[in-house]
Amino acid sequence: MKQVKSISRTSRDNIGTVLMIVAIYVLVQILNGAGLINNQMRGLLVPLCVYATMAVSLNLVVGILGELSLGHAGFMCVGAFASSFFSKLFAETMPVFPRFLLAILIGGIVAGIFGFLIGIPVLRLNGDYLAIVTLAFGEIIKNIMNVLYVGRDANGLHFSIKDQMALGMLPDGEMIINGPQGISGTPNDSNFTIGFLILLVATVIVLNLINSREGRAIMSIRDNHIAAGSVGIPITKYKMLAFTMSAVIAGCAGALYSHNLASLMATPARFGYNMSILFLVFVVLGGIGSTRGSIIAAIVLTLIPELLRFMNDYRMLIYSIVLIVMMIVNWNPKSRAWIQAHFGRKKNNEAGKEGR
Amino acid sequence: MISFLTSLINGLSLGSIYAIIAIGYTMVYGIAKMLNFAHGDVIMVGAYVAFSVITTLTLPTGVGILASIVGCMLLGMTIEKVAYKPLRHATSSLAVLITAIGVSYFLQNMALLIFGSNPKMFTSIVPFAWQRIQIGDFMIQTISVICIIVSIVLVALLQTFINKTRPGQAMLACAQDRGAASLMGISVDKTISLTFAIGSAMAGIAGVLLCSAYPTLSPYTGSMPGIKAFVAAVFGGIGSIPGAMIGGLLLGIIEILGKTYISSQLSDAIVFSVLIIVLLVKPTGLMGKVIQEKV
Repeated sequence: MKQVKSISRTSRDNIGTVLMIVAIYVLVQILNGAGLINNQMRGLLVPLCVYATMAVSLNLVVGILGELSLGHAGFMCVGAFASSFFSKLFAETMPVFPRFLLAILIGGIVAGIFGFLIGIPVLRLNGDYLAIVTLAFGEIIKNIMNVLYVGRDANGLHFSIKDQMALGMLPDGEMIINGPQGISGTPNDSNFTIGFLILLVATVIVLNLINSREGRAIMSIRDNHIAAGSVGIPITKYKMLAFTMSAVIAGCAGALYSHNLASLMATPARFGYNMSILFLVFVVLGGIGSTRGSIIAAIVLTLIPELLRFMNDYRMLIYSIVLIVMMIVNWNPKSRAWIQAHFGRKKNNEAGKEGR
Repeated sequence: MISFLTSLINGLSLGSIYAIIAIGYTMVYGIAKMLNFAHGDVIMVGAYVAFSVITTLTLPTGVGILASIVGCMLLGMTIEKVAYKPLRHATSSLAVLITAIGVSYFLQNMALLIFGSNPKMFTSIVPFAWQRIQIGDFMIQTISVICIIVSIVLVALLQTFINKTRPGQAMLACAQDRGAASLMGISVDKTISLTFAIGSAMAGIAGVLLCSAYPTLSPYTGSMPGIKAFVAAVFGGIGSIPGAMIGGLLLGIIEILGKTYISSQLSDAIVFSVLIIVLLVKPTGLMGKVIQEKV
């Protein structure tokens, strides 16, 4: 009886998460229709979806698999470049909708392949060593994108990692990826509705994964990998599954991101470790392992600097103070106990979490 | 051959700066078991303090260096007290990591507010830094030699401090087992505070050296060397001081040699690739201890 009740509560929680996303979408559309959203905020809608999707993706690795990844912006970068590359190649030959759909899929698949290949060596390590290697891979991806030159002319595609001249293109050739200048002129296909749909699909997939046989296996590895291995759970397989899946979602978010930019460059500000860390902040602040929390944290933390815009120079300073204070209030054992005693719902799974 | 030797010396000099920073990382990790992401920004603060004292207040260089060391020491201890101590017993070790990132943002934006985003030209602490020492065809810059000497002296001092003095022994004890150390009458709070003080003082020295060797100073000066030093600390086996030294030196040499002989644009990728290869062969770094996992 108790079992049945707890399952129904999980699905109620999940439906709540999905409904929350839909409600936010509807709310934004209503506000937009009423003309209450200024241009600046409208420009923020697609990035909001991107960040929320990235938070869902990273939560799968950090919260569910229990491994710290500091290179998630790298997967986003791969997805962004792969999809933009595709969109540029077929910019004239395909109608918008199927092209963008394919671009998103390609972004996801290519990022997934990278996730798989990187996962093979990375997932052998653990703890902080794993974190630093993911950070290293993220930086390598960013660095390579900065020296990659791809051009197209009548003879087909040309690749180089030296410079534009080394491509040896015909005079009518067109640059597609131009080293540090990246890809310019990606068709501007992203909009809030598509972003919302990607976020929704990613959330549903992740929530379903968590509540499946595979998801429980992944969480058992997080909680105690020795015990999980001893009952016959193939640890490497499930670690790879979660990691690759997360990379696929990050790649789709990257596709959404790149089709919202006039020029796509692999700058540190966009795809460096700072971005990876920002996504990690969403996950940790939202409550490690909680998909809904990650999404809320992503939205709140993206909006805070914008809402503080009237403070001008002080806004990032205030943002950092807010971050520190929120972390301390959220995670200090004493303040946690106080919050639990005064506002908390009684959660019977809390004891199990505390134990590990 | 000559150019190879020159690159090697440049690499050693950059590496010794990385090593000083990495030691700070590794000490804090060994004792407080946390990745102090704000460490890179303490370097930047140290450099700004030295800059203000030497260039703006036109005080002697020695005063500037001293101010930078003391300033960083106090800053490190304050950060630990305010931001990290409340989370020492948090259930997730990620909580304190994110707080460290918050502190890092805070320091960067504070510097941005006070000094503006324009890079400052740092006057080198060594009046003849760019003078070259010539031995036959072989030329090296004074500042390179100074960086190397300073780092060797610092590591020697630190090793003596840790192995020969009581507070140093207390640090070792805390690193091994915090609970047992406190039962032996060691004040864990004071020891952690001391660790942050020493680590941050070294970051201050590193800041002054870094900006003397590469004389532009901006609020983001510290972040990339900070990450590189973190890599160096992991490279050598995080938690081990000799490991951090070797990791830092190797990283500097690989970076400069990679820049000279392979590709200047891909130098970061080369550094990180070497790290990955090392960790795959030796998953706990060059000198890291293998911790046997118990059920």
